[in-house]
Order: sequence, then structure tokens, then C-alpha cells
Amino acid sequence: MSSTPLLYGLCAVALFAIGLLGAFLHSGLLTRLLAVNVSGSGVLLLFVVLAYQGAGQRPDPVPHALVLTGLVVAVSATALALMLGRWLQRPEQEPEPETEQDQE
Amino acid sequence: MMDSWLFDVVDALLALTAVVLAAMSVLGSDQKRSIVLFIAFGLLLSLIWARLQAPDLALAEAAIGAGLTGALLLSALPYSTAEKGACRQQRAWADIAFNRALRGLAATLIAGVAIAMIWALDDGRLQSVPFTVSEQVFGHLPHSGVGNPVTAVLLNFRAYDTLLELAVLLCVALGILALGQPSVPVVAPGPVLVLLVGILVPLLVLMAGYLLWVGAHAPGGAFQGGAVLAAAGVLLLLSGHRDAWLPGPRLLAAALGAGLFLFIGAGAAMTLSGAVFLEYPEGWAGAIILLIEAMALLSIAVTLVLAYLGGPPAPSPSPPARHTDVEGH
Repeated sequence: MSSTPLLYGLCAVALFAIGLLGAFLHSGLLTRLLAVNVSGSGVLLLFVVLAYQGAGQRPDPVPHALVLTGLVVAVSATALALMLGRWLQRPEQEPEPETEQDQE
Repeated sequence: MMDSWLFDVVDALLALTAVVLAAMSVLGSDQKRSIVLFIAFGLLLSLIWARLQAPDLALAEAAIGAGLTGALLLSALPYSTAEKGACRQQRAWADIAFNRALRGLAATLIAGVAIAMIWALDDGRLQSVPFTVSEQVFGHLPHSGVGNPVTAVLLNFRAYDTLLELAVLLCVALGILALGQPSVPVVAPGPVLVLLVGILVPLLVLMAGYLLWVGAHAPGGAFQGGAVLAAAGVLLLLSGHRDAWLPGPRLLAAALGAGLFLFIGAGAAMTLSGAVFLEYPEGWAGAIILLIEAMALLSIAVTLVLAYLGGPPAPSPSPPARHTDVEGH
């Protein structure tokens, strides 16, 4: 058995830890989201490592399908978080939040 | 033997570079640099998926993880600097010592978790995890209507996952439509970009269709195709097409809901005809899966373009925005 799973397993743990650390250390929304994404990548990588059955063997497709779902959910969660962040700081730029009524 | 030795070196290099890139991206202080490094990290990760024999994931990671997440973060960059200043002001009165103690505690806890995980890996549990579902998937694959086991799991054996995932995407799209205003930073496109858009957009549309079709028996599928189609939309936005060729409100709503509602409708039709919810009739599975995937691709692509746009598309189906910009200045 090659060392591939162990190597990428360690890589996954490192990514998870780095991402989590960044999420705690940073205060800005953007860098935090980026860190959470890195952390999530570590989790997904560990999943795929578990599905790996060795060179030449076919891997387990069920974790692959779950990870694919996870990727799409991660990007949509990131998009919504960025949107919420932008919305939260909007009142600071515009003193009147309801601009549509003002125009009328 | 030679090959396996070579692959070990490749694996070690890939894993090490990924960790270094992630650390530089996460722990760096320059936001723009962090995002660019994150995109590079995503591309490297897609190589790692390929090494771990997960080509479906490699395609998805390159398009979604590296491409669209990177584009989303970059598009949010202009709004982020102001926020950073606000955070600093807030922290001026916060108890800094308490803050540091909290961070130290968090770092210690994370280190502990990491060590526990490494111990679990070292314990040799990695290879002893039995995946009996794998045999079931391959055993039932001939009846699933598709030849790609990942597509079979996503749209047949575990179709509930994908159904709920499309519901999550619809929620995100509704959230963006409710909160956002379109605010893509408008830059007059240069001649190279205009030329590239003319070449790339048709190619990307073709590629999305190909990925959808080929997903039935080879790596690919609705998610990868949707992400590629969304990339075409982002490219259109970048080149001054403010509406990214998105349709008006009603058609837009239809496109957003198409994947989820077709999925639910198909499941309901199966229930009414006496089968279990989402139990495809024998012989029709392949066609139904392709139809659901086509609608899901549309919904995914439109949602991701909306996410990049940051709100509903501009109401006027405007001519290429360059002229209006010149007037504005």
C-alpha cells in the first residue's frame, strides 16, 4: 500500500487547522470567509481520502457525490454570506435606507 | 516500482504546496493577495482530486471552488476595505487582552484537534474503514440509467441530497434577490476582452452542454456544466453586458425554480403512479435524469451568476454598457 492516503490525510488535517485558525484570528468578513473555505476544503479532502481505495482500484462514489454537493453548497453559502455582509454595512454609506420612497 | 516512487514524490509536492499556499493565503494580511493565492490553492486542490481518482470533483473544484469562489471574493473586495476600518474602530474600545487570550485559547484548541486527527490517521484507521455501500452502488449501476457512478448516486440512489441541494440554491438566490442591488464595478472593456468574450462565451455554452451530456457515463454532470455556464455569465458581466443576458423577472424566476420544481414534480408523478417518491420507472431513468439535470444546470448557472451580480439584473436590457458609461462620466 502506498503512502498516498496518509500523505493527503495529513494535508487535510493541516488545511482544516489552518483554515479554522484563520477564521478565529481575522476580523474582516472577507478573510474569514476565505479561511472557512480553506477549512472546508480540508474536510472534503479527508472525505475523498477515505473514499480512495488505492491505485488501480475504483474509489467509492458515495463520498464523491457528497463532496460534490458540499462544493456547491459551500460556494452558495459564501455568496450569501458576502451578500449579507455587503447589506449589513450599507446603512453606513447611505444615511436613508429607504431610498425608493425618497425618490417618489 | 519506478512509477510508484515517482507518484510518491508528486503526492508529497502537491500536498506540501497546497498546505503552504493555504497558509500564505489565510494568514497573509493583504486581502487581494490572499484571494489570488486562494484561487491558486483551488487549482492545486483540483489536481489533488485528480490524483485521488475523483475526476468529477477535479472538474467541479476547478470551475466552482477555484473559479467562481475566487471571482465572488474578488468582486466583494471593494466593499471589504471599508468594513475593515469599521472593525478596527470597534476594537478600539474592546478589551484587547481578553481578545488575545481568547485567540490563544482558540489556537490551542485547534492544535489539539489537529493532533487528535493526526493520531487517528496514524492509528491506521484510514484503510480499515469498510465502505460496503460502494459494492451496492456498482451492483445496481446497470439499473440506474447512467454509467457514471457519481451521477448515479447524485440523481438516483441519493436523489434526495440533490433535491435538497437545489432547495438550498433556491434559498440563496432568493436571499440575493431580496437583499442585493446590482453593483458590479463597471469598467469599460478593452478590445482584447471583447474579442475573448466573443470566442469564449459560445465555447463555454457548448462545453456546458457537453458536460451535461457526458455526465451520464463519464466525469461531468449538471454541477460542472452549471458552473461553466455561470462562468460565461460572469465573463459577459465583466465585458459590460450588465444583465449578463439574463431574462426578465418572470423568466428569471422560472429558471431559478426549474431544477427544484421539475425534480419535485417528477417525484410526485412517480408517487401518484404507485412507486416510491423518486423511484424512477424501469427503462425511463436515463431520460428522466437527463431532463432533471438539464433544468438543474439552468438553475445552478442562473443562481451563480446572480451571486456574482449581487442582486437582480439591471431592468433595462441595455445595449453593451460602454456607451452609457461614457455618458455617465
